Order: sequence, then C-alpha cells, then structure tokens
Amino acid sequence: MSALELAAATKEHPGSPPVTALRSVTLTIGEGEFAALVGPSGSGKSTLLAIAGTLERPTSGSVRIAGTAVAHLPDRELAAVRAHRIGFVFQQFFLVPTLSALDNVASGLLYRGIPAEQRRQAARDALATVGLSHRVRHRPGQLSGGEQQRTAIARALVGKPAVILADEPTGSLDTASGREILVLLGSLNAAGSTILVATHDPEIASAVPRTVRLRDGAIESDSGSMP
Amino acid sequence: MSGRLRREAQQPRSGHRSRLRPADTGALAALGVAGRPIRALLSALGIALGVATLVAVLGISGSSRAQLIAQIDALGTNMLTVTPGQSLTGGQAVLPSTAPAMVRRIAPVQSAAAIGQVNANVYRNDRIPAVNTDAITVFSAQPSLLQTLQGHLARGRFLNPATARLPAVVLGASAAAALGVDRADGTTQVWLGGHWFAVAGILEPLPLASELDRTALVGFPVARRLLGASGSPAEIYVRTNPVSVAAVTGVLAATADPAAPQNVTIGNPADALTARAHASVAFQSLFLGLGAIALLIGGIGIANVMVISVLERRGEIGLRRALGATRTHIAVQFIAESALLALAGGAGGAVLGGFATAVYATARHWHAVVPAPTLAAALTAAVAVGAVAGVYPALRAARLSPAEALRTV
Repeated sequence: MSALELAAATKEHPGSPPVTALRSVTLTIGEGEFAALVGPSGSGKSTLLAIAGTLERPTSGSVRIAGTAVAHLPDRELAAVRAHRIGFVFQQFFLVPTLSALDNVASGLLYRGIPAEQRRQAARDALATVGLSHRVRHRPGQLSGGEQQRTAIARALVGKPAVILADEPTGSLDTASGREILVLLGSLNAAGSTILVATHDPEIASAVPRTVRLRDGAIESDSGSMP
Repeated sequence: MSGRLRREAQQPRSGHRSRLRPADTGALAALGVAGRPIRALLSALGIALGVATLVAVLGISGSSRAQLIAQIDALGTNMLTVTPGQSLTGGQAVLPSTAPAMVRRIAPVQSAAAIGQVNANVYRNDRIPAVNTDAITVFSAQPSLLQTLQGHLARGRFLNPATARLPAVVLGASAAAALGVDRADGTTQVWLGGHWFAVAGILEPLPLASELDRTALVGFPVARRLLGASGSPAEIYVRTNPVSVAAVTGVLAATADPAAPQNVTIGNPADALTARAHASVAFQSLFLGLGAIALLIGGIGIANVMVISVLERRGEIGLRRALGATRTHIAVQFIAESALLALAGGAGGAVLGGFATAVYATARHWHAVVPAPTLAAALTAAVAVGAVAGVYPALRAARLSPAEALRTV
C-alpha cells in the first residue's frame, strides 16, 4: 500500500480566466519514501502539498492517503484523516508562542482525543527524536529558528503519521540550520518515516533520493521511485 | 448489521476519528484568553460592570429587605388584630363591647387592648375652621394599648385608668407634628370634639400599627361621657405567646364575637409587612434594566474583540485544521473562549458588586446580604451573553478554508 496516491489530480481556481494550479497530476509516494517537490514559484508545489494533505480538495481526480480515498469525504472525516494520517511542517513553523516546546509538540495529538498525560509522554519521545530533550520547557521565543522548526517537525511526527508533508521547511532558516533540518529529515526517513518536501532549495533537491519537478502545475520530470 | 455497515462506510477506513476532549476544549479557551491578558481584561470589563450592577442592585435591595424584616421580627410577629368585618347582610359589623375582656381570657394571650371609634375632630385650638382636620382621626383607647403594641412615648405618659376618665389625649407621632404640639407636660391643650383636652403624651411612631400614628387617643370613659362614643371596639390589638400564634388565631373570632364569628376579621400586621417587604421590587427594575444593558454592551464588546481575534489568528486556525480539528472544534474553541472571557468578567463583576453591597450596607449599619441564587443567575447570564457573542466570530473562524488560513499569514 502506498502512503500517498494522486490520480489525475487537477485544481482550478475559479475566476476569469480560471487559473489552473494543478493539471492532471498523477503521483504515488510509497511507504518509507523521501521525495522532494521542486520547481519555480507558482509551479504548483504548495497546491499539490495542500491537496495531498486534504487541506484543499482537487477540482477533479482522486487522492488516497494510506489507501483511503479522501476526495469526497465530509469535513469531519477529512479532519480525522489529518489527525491520524498526516503530519504537516510549515515554513513559518506555526508554533503557539505561549506554550512550551513540549505542549506545542503534544498538540499534534490534541485532536485524537488522547489524555493530556499520554500526549506529553509521546511529545517527550518525539522531542528526543529531533534532539531537543534539553529544550522541553522552553517557549518558541526562547528557541533558535532551527530549534523551532525541529519542534514543529517533532509535532508532525509525534502521531506517527502515514506521511509527513513539509512545505519549504528550510525557507525561513539560515544555511547551517537548513542543513541540520535536512539531516534530521534524512534520519527520520531512515527510521521509517514517509516524507514529501516542497522546496526550491537546490541542496535539498540534490540530497533527496527522489525529485519530482513541477512546472506550470504539471509534472515535468520525476527521478522515479525506489524499487 | 446493515446499520453497522453504514456506520463503517461513513468512517474513514482506519476507523479513527477526530476528537477533542472537553477538558482540552477548556484548556484551549484558557490559552486563548491568557495569551492576550490586556485585551482580555478590557473586553471583559463591560460584562464585569453589567454583573456588578446587577449584583449590587439585588444585594443592596436584598440587604435592605433583610434589615426591614429583621426590624419587623424584632417588634414581634406575635401580634394579631381583631376587626369587625362585613356582616352577612353587607353592613358594617359591630364587635361586642365585651370582646376585649373575652379575648384576654384566652390562655396564651399576654395582653389585648381595644380602640373605639369616636365621631370627633381635633384642632390646635377653637379658632381653627372645622374643615382643617389635618386628617387626624380620634379614637378611644384602653390603657393597655401601649404595652400591647410595645410602643414607646416620645414625651409624657400614656393613658391610665385615671386619665382615661379625664379630658386628656395622647397624640400619635404624625398627629402631634401636624398639630404643632411638642410638649406633653399637661400645659398644652387641644380643641377636641368641642372640649379642651390636655395633651398627656406623644407617641413614637408605631411600626406595627402605623395607622395609629395620625390619631388622637382618649380614654373610653371620657369618650362615652363627653363625646358620645358607643364604646364598641373598632379594633382589638392582641399580643400572644409567640409559640401559640396559630392556635390563638384559630379561636380569636369565636371568642371576640361568639354570636357571629363570621363577622370578625383577624389580621397579623407583621406578616403583612413582611409580605410587602418581599414584594417591594419597584425601584429595582430600572437599575436591573441598566445592568442588563451593560451586560448586552459587554457582549457586543466581546463579539468585536473576538472577530478581530479570528482575523489575527488565521494561522493558528489553519494549523489546528492541519492538526486534525473539525470545523466544529474550531467553532467550539472560539465560543468557549468567548464564554470564558465573559465568565471572568462576570466573576470580577460579582466581586465588585458584592463589595459595593458591603460598603453600602455597612454605611447604613445593615447586615450585607448577597443571595447565592443572585450570584448564580448573574454569572449564568454573563456566560450566556459571552457564548452568544462568540457565535458569529466562531462561525467565521470555522468557515475559513484551512489552506487559505495557512497561506495568508
């Protein structure tokens, strides 16, 4: 079973003239893969990631996450898919400034209805995985950019999702911190996580096993999935 | 079986659901409020003022009522009145003149005293035109009246068996004021029913028998002799043993007029006053209305702040949707936050209102009373206003598309 499957996924934004952000994209990300979406601004990377993450519905085509077709699910069930199957990492981190790193990570399990103590325990483990055991009680404002993004990655992986979707995870970081994040993502992938990264950082693109190049909303090239 | 299949068909294949625990909803609301403390303080202020007004108005009027009832209780709730009612034929009934003596023979009755109708008017002197009665009524009274009413004299003495035979008069508090009499040493005389009567005493106001405050009281014998009164009682005041009030009430009519007990009306002035105190809400409604308006304006303030908050927190809303929150979870979070703001404001207002009540009551030497149901009702109203105020912002937050919410930050 593949972690993520897009079949002829198309996204049109209504208007005059209508804008086609994604043209009949067919893409399969297998379990345990680490792939990068690359392409210039406006090529449809973010739209593809949003559709893959069920944050947006495709105009046509189908999306399956861990085998579940999501294109026509009602909001309640899409939310359930996001809560249980998908981990998101954003360029702007989106950490809650008044919460400690631990509680920010624990909020990754908030909408699963898990008791707070269990959430915190899992969050402690996830912070250890990203190497931030010494920053558990710190608030985002007391962390460096790289540490904040590692906290956000811990929040994405705390629920052991089928796939982690990262939109420009190094976009707000300096080169050194960006490299650290890339190394972290690589080691998470080595430990079994399925990761899809949208980036225009050539360093990431070259370091990732599979590169999918987008242009004008269509796949221009795909270095191919692992055997 | 088919029902179960249908249910499974509605679920994602994994069977996992998006779920937010109630305790976590509360924590989210607290997080939202605590995250912007100054803004929370300002937006809760309106609700606080509204609740403070409601609590203070109800507290002060409740304290004043409690004080009044305590005063009535101190006067004794064991006083009863006997008056002639309507006879069966519709005319005014008459109590037998033996009634006071009969009533005194009821064992638990401690004292009883009658007053009798006198067809006379009282004037400061004989030059006053007859129409200027100052609305003062003249009654004959038995000497035991003062003790039965537990009344007090401002000046002079009450009637006694000796002065009851002489042209002497005791004036009620407002009657004395109306006549301009402030001496009761026997040198002051008033013109009563065509005779000079010496003022023997002036009463203090009688809270349990305020109808006597504007009367002039003379003795039964002198009323019969000089003023042509019949001597039949117009009203009998009865003081009983406090534990036997009900028993005495039951036999009073038959004792006062054994021939026609149905013509006798029994009253309990303390009960009547207490009931009136409980019913005195007239002056409250204006202030309660003001409090309600303040509460409403507070609610509008909270709605405004929450709308702005939703605009500012699009990123957080997008994040929560990405973490698996349903639209309902988002809406509930904002409604809970709004209700919590109002609850905080309401609690502050309750303290403020309680404090105002305490200050006012202390200044008047009352015992401050803020009834618990009042507090509960005020807080409930505040939370309800807050929750309603949160509905529109919450729906706006829930309606945001997650991708758009994340993109616009």
